[in-house]
Amino acid sequence: MKPPKFSYLAPESVKNAIAMKQELGENARYIAGGQSLVPMMNFRVAAPSALIDLNGLTELSKVSLSSDSALNIGALTRTRRLENDPKITGAHPLLAAAARHIAHAQIRNRGTIGGSIAHADPAAELPGIVLACDAEIELQGPRGFRTVHAVDFFESVFTTALEEGELLLNIKFPRWPKDRKWGFQEVSRREGDYALVGIAAWFDLDATSSISACGLSAIGAADTPVRLTKSEAALLGSVPSLPLFEKAAAEVTADIDPFDDVHASAIYRCEVAAALAIRTLTEAWERDT
Amino acid sequence: MSERLKISLNVNNDTHACEIDARMTLADCLREKLDLTGTHLGCEHGVCGACTVLADGVSIRSCLIFAVQAQGMKITTVEGLAKDGELSPLQEAFHDNHALQCGFCTPGMLTTAEALLTENPAPTRREVESAISGNICRCTGYISIVDAIIDAAERRRQGPP
Repeated sequence: MKPPKFSYLAPESVKNAIAMKQELGENARYIAGGQSLVPMMNFRVAAPSALIDLNGLTELSKVSLSSDSALNIGALTRTRRLENDPKITGAHPLLAAAARHIAHAQIRNRGTIGGSIAHADPAAELPGIVLACDAEIELQGPRGFRTVHAVDFFESVFTTALEEGELLLNIKFPRWPKDRKWGFQEVSRREGDYALVGIAAWFDLDATSSISACGLSAIGAADTPVRLTKSEAALLGSVPSLPLFEKAAAEVTADIDPFDDVHASAIYRCEVAAALAIRTLTEAWERDT
Repeated sequence: MSERLKISLNVNNDTHACEIDARMTLADCLREKLDLTGTHLGCEHGVCGACTVLADGVSIRSCLIFAVQAQGMKITTVEGLAKDGELSPLQEAFHDNHALQCGFCTPGMLTTAEALLTENPAPTRREVESAISGNICRCTGYISIVDAIIDAAERRRQGPP
């Protein structure tokens, strides 16, 4: 249970970090909170030749609202801050609520939003939230800066659109209207375990109380977090009601492709996902915003 | 090129210099280099909570951070909870409520509970259960540990810390 040897570097700027990574090549890894990478190293599933430690880069832990009310969260922002910082909980309550489901306080005190997104565990909460909310992921690499939409970022299990040498700078969440309805529900075997399945949902109502915009995503239900587009289509333009939510939930299995593992069968995950979709939408609908 | 690193750590208000490999976790460094064996290692992959220490007042897994990364942090281990040889109110409450049997999980439970009570001086039982959800105890069934933390919260509110 000890990681193999590696060399350790502490860059002083993002530019410096990227230059180090270019020099050391693909066997070097960036490390942020390390709450997934270090267990993998302790198990020797990961054996990087060098760690480039991003923790000293305070430029990566800034949180701000831009002029269009988008919420910018620096990649190095600790998960615990997502649940506790009023600047975040007020501007994006769904993100804060989902963050509270992540592992345990000891992990959340150290783990980062950027690390969770870059790691791309299909059962992790934060990738599901950025997907449901159409967040933009801002990257910097040897070839410069670029923005990737969440829908294009997650490619497969632990696989993302990140190219060699790129690191996450910032996650940009579009403006969150104050009266938006939202919910997040997951089922896990024990508190703090990865979700067997989880559902995030939000919707906006227009003047006729019909759903004018919505976003739903599932985690633990495929090899990436999944946007539930067929359920969204079922909701759009209709007035919220339990029968409507049941109709939307019946579409969930069309978008997900869960797997069997030691914790649950694929069929069970499908049933839980549909049940959670109803619960999450009901939670959202009943929320007094 | 995995050279030895000379680092300096602030642990329980003492500064310690040591020479380590980059791959040495904070937990191993505390135990093997600083002889602070109160911090226990169970799973070494962030699941059992036995290695919990405080870093700048918040709880972290010392098995999931390398010692070199802990430079500049104020680390508190279970050895740092008692002041002048006197048990802290939390430790006394563990003693009085029989909140330990074999004692393996106790350092992690104490540091986790210390962080909880600093942040939330009057937690509910549910909040305590949630706070220690990342700490595995195979003896007590947790009831007495939750009792002790609730009791400690009361003691801390009444007496001097």
